[in-house]
Amino acid sequence: MSTNEQPALLEVRGLTKTFTATPALSDVDFTLYPGEVHAVLGENGAGKSTLIKLITGVYKRDAGTIHLNGKTIEPRNPRHAQELGISAVYQEINLIPTLSVAENLFVGRQPRFLGMVSMQLTNNKARKLLKTFNIDIDVTRDLSAYSIAIQQIVAIVRGVDLSAKILILDEPTSSLDRHEVETLFSVIRSLKERGIGILLITHFLDQVYEISDRITVLRNGRKVGEHLTKELPRKKLISEMLGREFTETLGKRSSQTTADNSKHETFLDVKGFAKRGMIESFDLEIKKGEIVGLAGLLGSGRTELGQLVFGINRSEQGEAFVEGKKVRLNSPRKAIHHGFGLCPEDRKVEGLIADLTVRENIILALQAKMGWYRHIPYRRQEQFANEMIAALHIATPDAEKPVGQLSGGNQQKVILARWLVSNPEFLILDEPTRGIDIGAHAEIINIIKRLAKEGKAMMVISSELAEIVDYSDRVVVLRDRKKLTELTGDEISEDAIMHAIAEK
Amino acid sequence: MKSRFFPLLVTFLVFIAIYAYCYSHFSSFGSMRVVCNLLRDNAHLGIAAIGMTFVIISGGIDLSVGSVIAFTGVFCALMITREGMDPRLAFAIVLGMGTIFGAVMGVFIYYLKIPAFIVTLSGMFLARGMAYVLTTESIRITDPLYIRVSKLVYIFPDKGRFTFAAGAFLAVLVLGIYIAHFTRFGRNVYAMGGNETAALMMGVPVGRTTIMVYTLSSFLATFAGIVLSLSKRSGDSTITVGAEMDIIAAVVIGGTLLTGGVGYVIGTFIGVLLPGVIRTYLTLDGSLSPWWIKIVIGVLLFGFIAMQKLLSTRPRLFSFRRQVRPTNVSTA
Repeated sequence: MSTNEQPALLEVRGLTKTFTATPALSDVDFTLYPGEVHAVLGENGAGKSTLIKLITGVYKRDAGTIHLNGKTIEPRNPRHAQELGISAVYQEINLIPTLSVAENLFVGRQPRFLGMVSMQLTNNKARKLLKTFNIDIDVTRDLSAYSIAIQQIVAIVRGVDLSAKILILDEPTSSLDRHEVETLFSVIRSLKERGIGILLITHFLDQVYEISDRITVLRNGRKVGEHLTKELPRKKLISEMLGREFTETLGKRSSQTTADNSKHETFLDVKGFAKRGMIESFDLEIKKGEIVGLAGLLGSGRTELGQLVFGINRSEQGEAFVEGKKVRLNSPRKAIHHGFGLCPEDRKVEGLIADLTVRENIILALQAKMGWYRHIPYRRQEQFANEMIAALHIATPDAEKPVGQLSGGNQQKVILARWLVSNPEFLILDEPTRGIDIGAHAEIINIIKRLAKEGKAMMVISSELAEIVDYSDRVVVLRDRKKLTELTGDEISEDAIMHAIAEK
Repeated sequence: MKSRFFPLLVTFLVFIAIYAYCYSHFSSFGSMRVVCNLLRDNAHLGIAAIGMTFVIISGGIDLSVGSVIAFTGVFCALMITREGMDPRLAFAIVLGMGTIFGAVMGVFIYYLKIPAFIVTLSGMFLARGMAYVLTTESIRITDPLYIRVSKLVYIFPDKGRFTFAAGAFLAVLVLGIYIAHFTRFGRNVYAMGGNETAALMMGVPVGRTTIMVYTLSSFLATFAGIVLSLSKRSGDSTITVGAEMDIIAAVVIGGTLLTGGVGYVIGTFIGVLLPGVIRTYLTLDGSLSPWWIKIVIGVLLFGFIAMQKLLSTRPRLFSFRRQVRPTNVSTA
């Protein structure tokens, strides 16, 4: 690699875009060489997605030039960009779930025989195409029958086959497990060999170091650095992204936790909950003021455990006690009534209503708890919302902005705020830090710790071991839809968790 | 067995079961006479329903078709009998008008982002209103061409009369299947209905396809109006009121998902014939109120929607139930 001698594939100079007075991107240069993976990193609001959208023609730029193979291009829309050789694969897979894999590969350019679209030809071409990437699947099945990883690979293969010279991958790995990431990376490597330039956006620094050749760091719409990956130490990268020196607190246990939890009284005691196909029988006890981390690989049953406790799915057996009293947790409504709260993993699908304002989203759970016929005065709603915006540092101009327009980290805070105003005693957080930037990440973690200190029982599901080790008083380790063990106090470390997961 | 074929399979099985039941009671269901009458009586609904199938697969709805059929009949009748226009010219003009009508609705739906329900509801009132304004009378058409067309009949040995309308219906059916499966436009309609944003990103000309879908629907509704005019030999502004609902019901019973993306033209064909079969049964039986048809259709429709709902809550919608894993992915 280190392809500086080669002529650049894509050359972006002085790219600028302003939305309603605030510049989303100002004077950004970006160069992509053939056969390299160039990671673009930055916090939320750094301008990564704006950069992509300008390159793919979703937005019109205010200033700057884009050169592809030395020629100026003016991408008018994603389709035009695709014709020019720039394909983008997004986090939310932009394929058609109701069409077959083969058709998805050829939508908009279906192979024709005697002027007629031929399904047989489509299937054959699809098989052949996937074979070049060592993917062997039934191409006639609906796309929706396959895992996210396969869908993503289909999207990539499609992009590449559209004679793409440049492939833009926006958070491709955020919902994949380790094995799937490997599959994806092997596809990416074979693309590099073909001389395709790859612009990669991701939040996973490990993966950046694993797969990328070059890193460009953006912050607040400006480019703050461009480095060869192997020459950029992690600490420098993180401090560039944050724009401040980073004290690495994650990974080490902060000593203030595990302060005599034995004194605290038990909030929830679950005995023998289980549901076939979701999770095997487990016991779980959570004390007030305690943070219980759920660790395990994707698909280990972490989310399922949370959903069983919250009553989204009914347990088929076992019993539950809240503060010593036996309760039935068979619906979220009941769980909320007992003072539970759950922030789901997929905030777009399960949590937030994007078109409602920050205030309306925050007030939702409280309103549900009080009953729909009891109106909360607007003044009061506003007060709640503003308190939360201040307490959680939600970056929004005011409480009346639609939630859909906020960044991921801030959306996550709005969900947290929603539960906090209803003053729950027990909060279940499913991947509270997924897909948000480092700054917001640290803030969310601080909020979690603060809530526990205030005496709330917390159960946090996370894929990030370092994070779990940092804040948990107790860690429940799961594997293959089964609770394996619990680690307490000084036993908790990344090594111990991994050991527990790996243990036979 | 692919899950998208399932609704279609159910439609076929239900149709066969009902037809077999009817046949067991009245052996005339085995004759070409009943078959030909089914095709003739449902031709106009069927032709419009095939257009509607594309609309619903694309994720939209077209409420204007019943009114368009009526307007077409009235317009042709007036032009031919009062203005003495050559029927062929009248047909050409009205087809042109229908095409433009659909295209304009499509433009409103796509460019102004107004829900199809509202736009086509307006279209429904507009077309019906225009029909009433033209005339509120029923006008008979006695043009020689109409007589000639009515004599275009193939008579089966058992006196089954395969009329022009039946032929037109089958021709449109074949055309519909061809468009749906063997043209890029057809495949793009499926793609668009499956996920419009994705389709756009994948380079499907969503704007053009949307407009073409409504154009096709109005064009076919107009054609259905002409077919009905030819077989009734009259124009009447009060006919086919609410036909759009029968048509939508037929499409849904035919296995097309109201959410878009999944559906088959051949299913719609069955969905159109199904009420016809029941109607024939009730007529032959004579003792039951013909309104039972509505009840049967209601039950069927409900059953199909319930089935669709069950099918569409597929595992992929719930991350915690994501059990489908890559079957055999090999990495180099």
